[in-house]
Amino acid sequence: MYGKGLRPLSIATVAAILAAFSLVFFYAPLDADQGFIQKIFYLHVPLAIVALIGFVVGGVFAIFHLRSGNRRWDAWSYVSIHMSVIFGVAVLITGSIWAKASWGHWWVWDEPTLVSFLIVFLMYATYYPFRYAIEDPERQARYASVFAVTAGAFVPLNFMAVRMAQSLVHPRTFGTANGGLPGSMMLTFLVCLAAVALLWVTLVKLELTAKSTSGQLKRLRRALDAPAPGAGASRIAPEVS
Amino acid sequence: MSPPQVTPTSTAFATILAKDLRAELRTLQSLPAMALFATTTFVIFRFGLDRTQLSGSLASGVLWATLLFAALLGVNRLFVSEREEGGFDAIRLAPIDRSALFAAKATALFAYLLVLELVVVPIFALFFLGSAAALPPLALVLLLANLGIAATGTLISSMAVHSRARDLLGPLVLLPLVVPLMIAATGASEPLLAVGGPGYHRFGTWLAVLSLYDLIFLLVGYAVFDFLLED
Amino acid sequence: MDLLILAGAPALPLDEAGKYVAGAYIVFVVLLLVYVAIMGMKLARIERGLRDVAEIAEQRKDGADAAETVRTEVKS
Repeated sequence: MYGKGLRPLSIATVAAILAAFSLVFFYAPLDADQGFIQKIFYLHVPLAIVALIGFVVGGVFAIFHLRSGNRRWDAWSYVSIHMSVIFGVAVLITGSIWAKASWGHWWVWDEPTLVSFLIVFLMYATYYPFRYAIEDPERQARYASVFAVTAGAFVPLNFMAVRMAQSLVHPRTFGTANGGLPGSMMLTFLVCLAAVALLWVTLVKLELTAKSTSGQLKRLRRALDAPAPGAGASRIAPEVS
Repeated sequence: MSPPQVTPTSTAFATILAKDLRAELRTLQSLPAMALFATTTFVIFRFGLDRTQLSGSLASGVLWATLLFAALLGVNRLFVSEREEGGFDAIRLAPIDRSALFAAKATALFAYLLVLELVVVPIFALFFLGSAAALPPLALVLLLANLGIAATGTLISSMAVHSRARDLLGPLVLLPLVVPLMIAATGASEPLLAVGGPGYHRFGTWLAVLSLYDLIFLLVGYAVFDFLLED
Repeated sequence: MDLLILAGAPALPLDEAGKYVAGAYIVFVVLLLVYVAIMGMKLARIERGLRDVAEIAEQRKDGADAAETVRTEVKS
């Protein structure tokens, strides 16, 4: 049962997002350095952190799948990665907007975290054509899990390497996640992080519930020998039932 | 009834490796193509960049980009014979530790890369470098990078070979995966290829990053390879 | 206090910066809404499918009932 707990979860998410946005615009003080532009970070950084954790979670589910052979874990892994890729799009767009506001260019290579994230995003974007190219469903699930584990190992390495490559150029780092953040900003940031994390979990559950529902419908069709409509199943999204 | 004989992993490893190397020596299907591809790419760069001498970051970039793309050619062909001639089935049935296949293939790929570089790097030096002084320390960087490409290339290739768009899928997935390796390799090479003679700025650090990359992906490859061969 | 900070603010004046911040938050909301819309379409498709399956099941039930009725009539 994937839909269980979806109601309290969504309510909590809405409340958290409301609280987060209120804090960002009505409570958090203006940054002395960047002024109003800094407000983008309350959105951009939590999205990035949650997306990255989501990728790692996808890798963990993949390990469960490989060890148990239970395809349920493959579904969890796929949706986790899928959601994180979507959140990743938001990270890159908001990051680009911030770059334009701060430095006047829609993309900058000087911000190591953004560049690392781009590479990670490109890595996980290949997850879809990879799944699509392997026809046998059982093999596809297995290989996808291997991909998720490999990519999971890749993420920290990549961040380290990119950061090292840029240390000669003094990066304009977003120092807020580290020390030096005034209490009110830290509180706002943490609430935003919690809100985005809750959103991610809610959407993952929502997606899985939708998949499961489709899967149950398919079961029903098969049991009744009813014809399935022409628009066939997706070849990459794992079936859930 | 005597207990079933289990071939020791080292024997399995040696057998598979020998088979691969012998096949390559006999058919020469990958190596000459890789070397020729790399050399021609150097010529393209000479005209593309409109330069006859390269140093520092340009030299490092041209060398590593070319090596990487040439490596992709070898990676693509690594498991083709297994796929076409039932090698996977044979290994699945044999009473051996399946990771022996990973080790053997990775070693074979490492060997191909080594031979490729033995041919191609001197040519690079001939075409673009003023002196060969950078080559010995560069060799160390090359060895460590080869290990990383061998590990990831074998892993990805073993999966891509079962797909429909095999020649496309391998490079597609492999390229982002080797970005950290490329960052470290070029990071180490750039000072080596500097105009005034080899420099060693952060050489040790970059070698450490390369080694970490190699370690992690050799371990990952070894750990998951069993799951790849299940039926 | 706020005015002092604003006075020391960087390159972009508040109304300029406001546009970018608004843009970022709007992108977030729009992506969320697009996701909701896609989910809505999936739900509609599932509803249609369930409706079809319910009809088929009911037809079968009617058919089985009719056959049952005929059988009992024949017996009596």
